[in-house]
Amino acid sequence: MADLSEQCVAPSLVSEDGPARGNEGVVLRAANLRKRYGELEVVARASFAIHGGECFGLLGPNGAGKTTTLRLCLGLIAPDSGAIELMREPVPSRARIARRTVGVVPQMDNLDPDFTVAENLLVFGRYFGITDASSRARIPELLEFAGLAGRASSRIQTLSGGMRRRLMLARALVNDPELLFMDEPTTGLDPQARHVIWDRLKQLLARGKTILLTTHFMEEAERLCDRIAIMDRGRFIAEGTPRELIERHIEPHVIEVHGDGLEAWANGDGVHLASRLERSGETIFCYAADAALLLASLERTNGLRYLHRPADLEDVFLKLTGRELRD
Amino acid sequence: MSVYALPRVSIRFVPVWRRNFLVWTKLAAPSVLFNLADPTIYMLGLGYGLGTFLPDVGGVPYIAFLAAGTICFSTMNTATFETLYSAFSRMHVQRTWDAITNAPVALDDIVLAELIWAASKSVLSGLAILVVVYALGIVASPLAAATLAIVPLIGLCFGGLGLVITALSPSYDFFSYYFTLIITPMAMLSGVFFPVDQLPQALRIVAEVLPLAHATELVRPLTLGAIPEHAVLHVAVLLAYGTAGFYAATILFRRRLAS
Repeated sequence: MADLSEQCVAPSLVSEDGPARGNEGVVLRAANLRKRYGELEVVARASFAIHGGECFGLLGPNGAGKTTTLRLCLGLIAPDSGAIELMREPVPSRARIARRTVGVVPQMDNLDPDFTVAENLLVFGRYFGITDASSRARIPELLEFAGLAGRASSRIQTLSGGMRRRLMLARALVNDPELLFMDEPTTGLDPQARHVIWDRLKQLLARGKTILLTTHFMEEAERLCDRIAIMDRGRFIAEGTPRELIERHIEPHVIEVHGDGLEAWANGDGVHLASRLERSGETIFCYAADAALLLASLERTNGLRYLHRPADLEDVFLKLTGRELRD
Repeated sequence: MSVYALPRVSIRFVPVWRRNFLVWTKLAAPSVLFNLADPTIYMLGLGYGLGTFLPDVGGVPYIAFLAAGTICFSTMNTATFETLYSAFSRMHVQRTWDAITNAPVALDDIVLAELIWAASKSVLSGLAILVVVYALGIVASPLAAATLAIVPLIGLCFGGLGLVITALSPSYDFFSYYFTLIITPMAMLSGVFFPVDQLPQALRIVAEVLPLAHATELVRPLTLGAIPEHAVLHVAVLLAYGTAGFYAATILFRRRLAS
């Protein structure tokens, strides 16, 4: 029913004495979440907790249930079973209250095309009960942060994809949220635009904000996330820091081999010297604790081309979720 | 919360209404033209053109008869267009509703805001036509001003019904069914262009349950300077359609967007 007690004035984005990272307790907790659509279990017994100040990455192939998990946590859909607590409020019953201190950057651009850049922020602030005067005072700072200074009066149609995404980020900050939900924030952006987003997210983390990020870019997760959960077919199948996941699930060395005579080499030295082989099209991935013998063998074999590199999160991801396409 | 729960709304619907209003201020000129010029042209064309061939209708010149019909018809159309095409754009094409529900605004608040907004535009539409018919001397009674109290009810009624259709619609094309199968026949059966008692008995019975017929029963006497008979009944019917439509739309939008 009518709730007039929600008026709030957004404090400054740059708070000098903001909380240090990691000292805030749990800002989002999900226990045994389940959501099914017909026969398909989209989220299956998902449990996780996100602590204040951390960046938590939710990784998974397309259709793994990442976006559904976010929508459940925001109280936009109700779980079939399980419990959610967002900003210390039970969700979905008090989701609307909980969302007052949460910011969301959705996957799809849903800026208001009829408004200018500044109007998008002003109107969005009203949904939080922020007065126009308070928003107007804050908009220049938000635009500066988003690299959109001087663009206040621009129409949305004139913005590039990267600018739109940055405006979405600025919009998600109008209420100075403690926790940011970011659903694939850099999908479809060019490298320059992606690096700008990463830089801004690091700045927000440095200011004590908490971020829940979904992505399928491992590089993004490795750069930004303190902790990662890998999700597949609705289940959380691994969780830990990027380093822990790599150490726990994968051999430290990877050699990617392709070229003439691949089969013969793989069935001979490859299978003997590597602890594990994975094939993907015309390339064989050799995983090993020690690469020296493999490299020596490859050096002796004519016609093969190879790349030696340390194992990364993508190797973990592909090992755990498989290499087949998810359409 | 069950999808069948009664609508739970908060004062947060106001900023959503204001959002629509701000868009409207940017597009006001074409919007007013559409809401005013189109029905006025029809009213004057039919009223003065066709009217010269007709004897008095119900004891008044045809154009005076048609004024009330035009107010009701264009009020209905405004609310219907707003809740069909415009609301569908906001919900489905622009994903504006998705953005809003990420803020502390619930889906029910948005549905209420769309309903009130559609009714607000209807008032504008009804007011514009009333000004025209006063200015041209087609309507003279001060009682006609009381139609402004009825017009929001017509807007709420058809706004509620329109939202039901939008909640069910897979695309813009679906709306043609609603116009062709519901709105247009209703206009013919509801005393907009000619009195209901010209209709065969069977269709007159149908007209008794049509909300637009109840709207014209309220507005026509007022434009002609009389107090409507059975006013309470007609108001109740409009409110009932609007309320039932709003509740049904809330359920359908929850099923579509929040389950």
